[in-house]
Amino acid sequence: METYVQLAYLFSAVLFILGLRMLSSPMSAPRGNMIAAFGMLVAIVATLISTGVVGWPMIIAGMALGSAAGWLLATRIEMTAMPQMVALLNGFGGAASGLVAGAELLDYAREGVTPAGIIPTAIVLGTLIGGITVTGSLIAFAKLQELMRGAAITYPGQQIVNALIGIAAVGLCFAVAIDPSATTLFAALAGLALLLGVLLVIPIGGADMPVVISLLNSYSGLAACATGFVLGNSGLVISGSLVGASGIILTKIMCDAMNRSITNVLFGAFGAVTQTAGAAGEEDRPIKAYTPLDAAVIFNNAHSCIIVPGYGMAVAQAQHAVRELADELEKRGVKVQFAIHPVAGRMPGHMNVLLAEADVPYDKLIEMDEINPQFPETDVALVLGANDVVNPSARNDPSSSIYGMPILDVDYAQHVFVIKRSMNPGFAGIQNPLFFEDNTMMVFGDAKGVVMKLSESLRELG
Amino acid sequence: MLADPAVALTILVLSLFVGIEIISKVPPLLHTPLMSGSNAISGIAIVGALIAVASENTTISTWFGFAAIVLATINVVGGFLVTDRMLGMFKKKKDA
Repeated sequence: METYVQLAYLFSAVLFILGLRMLSSPMSAPRGNMIAAFGMLVAIVATLISTGVVGWPMIIAGMALGSAAGWLLATRIEMTAMPQMVALLNGFGGAASGLVAGAELLDYAREGVTPAGIIPTAIVLGTLIGGITVTGSLIAFAKLQELMRGAAITYPGQQIVNALIGIAAVGLCFAVAIDPSATTLFAALAGLALLLGVLLVIPIGGADMPVVISLLNSYSGLAACATGFVLGNSGLVISGSLVGASGIILTKIMCDAMNRSITNVLFGAFGAVTQTAGAAGEEDRPIKAYTPLDAAVIFNNAHSCIIVPGYGMAVAQAQHAVRELADELEKRGVKVQFAIHPVAGRMPGHMNVLLAEADVPYDKLIEMDEINPQFPETDVALVLGANDVVNPSARNDPSSSIYGMPILDVDYAQHVFVIKRSMNPGFAGIQNPLFFEDNTMMVFGDAKGVVMKLSESLRELG
Repeated sequence: MLADPAVALTILVLSLFVGIEIISKVPPLLHTPLMSGSNAISGIAIVGALIAVASENTTISTWFGFAAIVLATINVVGGFLVTDRMLGMFKKKKDA
């Protein structure tokens, strides 16, 4: 019996791997997702068969409640709110793993049995990682949902406070691992883990959210992995580490895309400084403010256009208006492409999902390395709610805090239109010299409103 | 089950490598569905939750298990459904 259950877990792990592999192409991805979901069903059924008919009322009630809530969330959520959704789901996964680790410890304590071998270590690790994932994800959710300020929250001595709490948590980990019957210490450990989750995420600014979300994704997998060690369950270990790996990879891709180390992202409190010395002088330079009609005239004479979307497009829910503008331009024979920076938006792939929702064919969404050589031959670059990812300081100002970050070279285009709500600096809090360039034209206003007026003006020009 | 921690560690390390290998091949275009999909897979914690609840007597740990079942199910169901919804939107250029 036991062997069959283990084989079922192996089968479900194979399905997860196949499913994830099929996610590498948009054609096979939907089927890959189904296959992974089926793998989950196999794992659940195998577990229910192996535990026998025990505790069924609770199991049925819990799964019914969870399914209903999950279904509601998944079907109601706006695509612009996907980063929050992913953050929340990460938190739930981490919480579930933490709770399982806690339940196991309490069981051992109640029965007066001292767990053997690696189990106590796995319990404390599951609790620590799970706890950090829960509150870290909730804070990320609150920042993304704008329930709290998105900017970095810092105070003097923050790093020291965090370090002390971190050391205390590790100390408690050792204490509980050595004496698993110490349930009070365990409760303290859980409390510290939850506190750490909050403290570690509040100093991270909005623009760094793609890294945080990827990292929390990884944690939720590693927490599941730890509970796998607690329960001696290979299914949990394999699936947990697959997710852990996916989070690690995405974290690395996001950090590379900003040319920053993971330590710098997590502890650098980027964006807490609102002004840099170099920026003050720039502000006196004149900027050219244009109306959507002026922009339409230039678009009307263009042959090629590259649209650069950023978080501002998500905030303004402007993706459908942007698609209409692209259609209008293509009707006039203008070649339209979209340039996607890896960290545009608030999570990996954020812009791609929004544009896909608006029915923009994915072969027009071009990655940074591929599109950058095309900017010099492009008539118009339209920057839509993006800021730091098009800031030329990253290329040519060694004193800038984003110096070295790979950017989209929009300033090489003939004309650059920047649609922006106001002259406020972006989340990184850095002034953008692009706005003052001779070939840059600013159009102030809400991204959606401006884009719609632009399409209208184009139609009026006939 | 996995009595020997060395076996479990072997599985862990090998799975990490498999994970890194497959996921490196996913293009940036699909990074969000990848996250929500792998996120749904981390709902595998539901297996642990089911095991925790399946005990003869109701104790505080059973309630922990119950809460874990609810949260992990939200994770699994919500994760796979929203991934499916997103992937349905990625299409090639339509014939107008």
